[in-house]
Amino acid sequence: MDGIHDIGGRQGFGRVRYTLKAQTFHEPWERRVNALYSLAVKLGIFNMDEYRHAIERMEPRHYLSASYYERSLTSLATLCVEKGIVSQEELERRAQGHYPLSMPSAPGRGNVSTRQKLAIGDKVTVRVEHIPGHVRAPGYVRGKTGVVIGISPAYPFPDAHAHGIHADDEPTYDVRFNAEELWPNSADAAQVHVGIFESYLEKVA
Amino acid sequence: MPDHGNVQQNTASVEQRVDAIEAVMQDRGMEPKVFIDQFKHLAEEDWVPQNGARVVAKAWTDPEFKKRLLANGRAAVTELGLSMPAHHRHLVVLENKPELQNVIVCTLCSCTAFSIIGLPPDWYKDLEYRARVVRQSRTVLKEMGLDLPPSVDIRVWDTTANTRYMVLPVQPSHTIGWSEEKLAEIVTKDSMIGVAHL
Repeated sequence: MDGIHDIGGRQGFGRVRYTLKAQTFHEPWERRVNALYSLAVKLGIFNMDEYRHAIERMEPRHYLSASYYERSLTSLATLCVEKGIVSQEELERRAQGHYPLSMPSAPGRGNVSTRQKLAIGDKVTVRVEHIPGHVRAPGYVRGKTGVVIGISPAYPFPDAHAHGIHADDEPTYDVRFNAEELWPNSADAAQVHVGIFESYLEKVA
Repeated sequence: MPDHGNVQQNTASVEQRVDAIEAVMQDRGMEPKVFIDQFKHLAEEDWVPQNGARVVAKAWTDPEFKKRLLANGRAAVTELGLSMPAHHRHLVVLENKPELQNVIVCTLCSCTAFSIIGLPPDWYKDLEYRARVVRQSRTVLKEMGLDLPPSVDIRVWDTTANTRYMVLPVQPSHTIGWSEEKLAEIVTKDSMIGVAHL
């Protein structure tokens, strides 16, 4: 989905709030949330693709205003409701207030049937597709052309795995793009590499 | 007080919401308290940047290990007794050179090789870093204190799938000849993300 989470290359953001030896957790509840969703994954209540997608489905105003670990919490709670473990009403009764959850999911999809095995050095274009469900590729590479420089082992296909659909595992390809081709006349010179699933790519002749 | 049939109640605080979901998990027999304690230990004792620092120091002092590390990172780190979660099936180690700076990001969220380089710092997960470093890499690095001359090429790596990356920083020249243990002490998490030199 073209969600609010997909912010790579968005303009208007200020300086990185960088500090030396920065912390991961600032409040004890943050580490507790991290533990709770990890436990849910460990118990097989949901998988990491479902977890990521439930974050991406947060209402955009909520997503942007929530801290990182509030987003984790919202995903955990949303999936527990969707899996029938608890109702939103019970959560709100226990929390003594409104308990915002993510928006409903659109359907997922299986592997792209015309996908091809690729080799290092192949020139590839990212397919121009607008998928309503989970997609694990940043929008800034859509329709762009790059070169394969690395191949990964096969991973579960996120577009299916986030929706409980069976699909074949797929390798991802590390594709090298030029920043100045991704954002013509509007980027610092650099090579940008993205790990892209086989189904998202087309070989350029 | 007027009788509104459908008044919007106030949003519960984030801590109330965490308590609520934890209580649900407790009631459903998932034993969250036990796992919270285990997780605290993992986060504080196991997933620490000292792991990656040992890998870097070994690569600086053992050319054969470095070759194996660059060829298959996941296999090489196991030689040092380190491990990665099952879903991190691939570790790609990116070697910095005097004329080349590699930098890691996850624009979609926060993925990192956390069992090797440590859990990601707060700024890595912030909107600003995720939005900007792919497009304004040189500018962002400069703002973060790493002012690279124009002769240094930049490679940005967006961690959008289950492959994980770590940067192998350049060994400072004044440390040539140091022991592996002493070298490991100078390697920082930020240098393995690629936003700082040593």
